[in-house]
Amino acid sequence: MDIQMKRGLLDVCVLASIKNEDSYGYKIIKDMKPYIELSESTLYTILKRLEASKMLTVRTSEHGGRLRKYYHITDEGLRRIEEFKDEWKEIMSIYRFVTKEGDSNE
Amino acid sequence: MNKQQFLEELRMGLSGLPKDDIDERLSFYSEMIDDRIEEGISEEEAVLAVGSVSEIVEQIVSDIPLVKIAKERIKSKRHLKAWEIILLALGSPIWFSLAVVVFAVIFSLYIVLWSLIISLWSVFASVVACGVGGIAVGIGFAFFGNTLTGIAIIGAGIFCTGISILLFFLSKVTTKGILLLTKKIILSIKNKILKGEEVK
Repeated sequence: MDIQMKRGLLDVCVLASIKNEDSYGYKIIKDMKPYIELSESTLYTILKRLEASKMLTVRTSEHGGRLRKYYHITDEGLRRIEEFKDEWKEIMSIYRFVTKEGDSNE
Repeated sequence: MNKQQFLEELRMGLSGLPKDDIDERLSFYSEMIDDRIEEGISEEEAVLAVGSVSEIVEQIVSDIPLVKIAKERIKSKRHLKAWEIILLALGSPIWFSLAVVVFAVIFSLYIVLWSLIISLWSVFASVVACGVGGIAVGIGFAFFGNTLTGIAIIGAGIFCTGISILLFFLSKVTTKGILLLTKKIILSIKNKILKGEEVK
């Protein structure tokens, strides 16, 4: 897959994984695993990027005698997910057009 | 390897990066390992699941911009003794020109690579022009001048067009290769800077 495209997809996937409730690093990786493989260092970079663009906020909270970072989606982040859905509607209609062309050539 | 060893090795591998960056990344990996242990696997297995230190270091280094690494390297050199400052000042004609040379070499490397890409594509563009122009001129000749010459020129035009298709793929592959090479060179420069830090 194209690197630029994959990066965009991963950003939205991470946002989606914290959409319904705040989540933490390992849980995000586990939740995404059935759909897309994600390494720890990649996740770190994505979280940093999303935080810098104000799509999520970070809070540190105690868990079992140690600290754990929780990620919370912002309105900006929710908007990004909606944007993504609109973009993909367009892409899906292009996809249908492309595959239809293929059928008529057979 | 247990968690402590893993974090120690990671810290070593990242030495030379800004300290805040290192601490934040270490606590991130520490949390990842703890969460895995909590799920019921052993400490060794949890460390293994996070990945090898060298792979992690390589990815982190390639993610951080070169400028940031170079800046940190200069910053960490700030605690100089008086005699070191005197030596630096006295030696400035030497080290300054050396620094200029290093930058010039890196810069010229970029120029060489990019001019290679540009020249490749301009050859492609001119062959395309030859092809299209040849066909157009040939058609003109065939109708209004010498028919045989016209056909010959059309033939040459078609030949050029054919060559240009081959050239397109060649240029594309070469451009990709050059860009990949540039990325590798930048990574190795970063590693050189970081390695120098470790030796100190």
